[in-house]
Amino acid sequence: MTRNPLSKKIIDIQPSGIRKFFDVANEMKDAISLGVGEPDFDTPWRIREEGIFSLEKGRTFYTSNAGLQELRNEICKYLERKIHVSYDPKKETLVTVGGSEAIDVGLRCMLDPGDEVLIPQPCYVSYLPCTVMADGVPVTVPLQHENEFKLTVEDLEKYTTPKTKVLIMPFPNNPTGSVMTKEDLEPVAEFVKEHDLFVLSDEIYSELTYGSEHVSIASLPGMRERTIVINGFSKGFAMTGWRLGFCCGPEVIIEQMVKLHQFAIMCAPTISQYAAVEGLRNCDDEVQEMRKSYDQRRRFLMNEFKRMGLECFEPHGAFYVFPSIREFGMTSEEFATRLLNEEKVAVVPGTAFGDCGEGFLRISYAYSLEDLKEALGRVENFIRRLRGEE
Amino acid sequence: MNEKKEQLRIEILKYIEKNSRVNLGELAVLLGVEETDVANEMAEMEKEKIICGYHTLIDWDKAGVEMVTALIEVRVTPQRDRGFDRIAERIYNYPEVYAVYLISGSYDLLVTLEGKTLKEVSRFVSEKLSPIDEVLSTATHFILKKYKDHGTIMGAKKESERMLVTP
Repeated sequence: MTRNPLSKKIIDIQPSGIRKFFDVANEMKDAISLGVGEPDFDTPWRIREEGIFSLEKGRTFYTSNAGLQELRNEICKYLERKIHVSYDPKKETLVTVGGSEAIDVGLRCMLDPGDEVLIPQPCYVSYLPCTVMADGVPVTVPLQHENEFKLTVEDLEKYTTPKTKVLIMPFPNNPTGSVMTKEDLEPVAEFVKEHDLFVLSDEIYSELTYGSEHVSIASLPGMRERTIVINGFSKGFAMTGWRLGFCCGPEVIIEQMVKLHQFAIMCAPTISQYAAVEGLRNCDDEVQEMRKSYDQRRRFLMNEFKRMGLECFEPHGAFYVFPSIREFGMTSEEFATRLLNEEKVAVVPGTAFGDCGEGFLRISYAYSLEDLKEALGRVENFIRRLRGEE
Repeated sequence: MNEKKEQLRIEILKYIEKNSRVNLGELAVLLGVEETDVANEMAEMEKEKIICGYHTLIDWDKAGVEMVTALIEVRVTPQRDRGFDRIAERIYNYPEVYAVYLISGSYDLLVTLEGKTLKEVSRFVSEKLSPIDEVLSTATHFILKKYKDHGTIMGAKKESERMLVTP
């Protein structure tokens, strides 16, 4: 065969360097994991029950491309209530297959070849390949541990060029757990306006902040018209497998996103959409209870790290902590591989989320306290041994 | 009581309602407060009878112990001045009575009873409960199976089916 069936573009996208690690870890069935990026809670029963009811009623048809109108109405009410920004449920709201689809479709709709996208790292793995597939040029912005992995204007200044068009805002952050407060966001928003950029704000963890309410950059003056807010049901509502997300933004962008979504996806799963309506209407208490549990585990982990003398800034969002392992003089991947082999605990090397994650581990606390205790005991054994070796 | 103290109390109660065996140091960490604060509040709440006891939820069936639980609906004539309280007291003082509730609707008191055998339960109803002057009638229901008790699904233990590692 002489003709290559593949595009240069897809071949050039490097598979994540740690995919091998992921494959090994996922095969190790007897390992305890702290490596999962999804809630340990089942979806609240009233949501599941609504899904079952939808099946019983035979709601097995397509919805309109942009999503069930009833759901879009609830989404807009939800955002109004949570981030105090109003969107038109008819023209400014799109229901997607998870937040991930919104990231992909959003970038495709906004980028022309050569447009640069600022991607603060460490961050979720899809922004960079999605940018490439949309013919954009990904420009990674390494965030600093010293700043608790918050994005600052100094970071932005170093990487912004006349070609920069889009800034990704991945907060609350996977993998660091870092959040941006209103005070942190304000200078960034000023910078964005000054340089006439657009923002893709991935707020999938917005329900999971501890100590302060999530603030969306879209709520700052002059930002609504240049921001796409991406959110979804996976994390806050523990609905990962339902594959349901949404995005809201100015009509001029959403209109085109609906067009692309229509051709690529048709519509998000109907059963999930009906179930999500129930989630937005009646699940505040359940969401709150889950948040409380995560917060307790977060405190537990921070306390354990302190006791072990493991350096870790206190994260206030998502369900991850991002401790430093620089004192052990090995790479994140070496550390994670040895921890997996020697103590059967799976964590994710920080480098899975960008080069600047080197020297860190992502530890998820989407686990029961019992599991966390067992796993942390093993981590402690491991680092004791390492310190003894030195 | 100031708001913060009240908040802490509620947090403590909510936690120990599900897990009364947590040690105080750990609970303090989970709630982000000092251990002495937790200890003080718990001691106070025990004194104030807000915390009425630390019980254990047992699946007696699984333990292989024969046990009969009955729910008895009781209709009574309330007494002048004392209402239902005195009759309730006459009933709840029996050690085999597990719980007594005043109920709205077609009967007045709901009595739950634990006995070793059906016979023991029916003897209690015919010899102790029914003869009380104010008791007009009783209807006894036996529990066949406990699916969920005290907010806990009996016997539920599910293996996680999540992948071990995901981004």
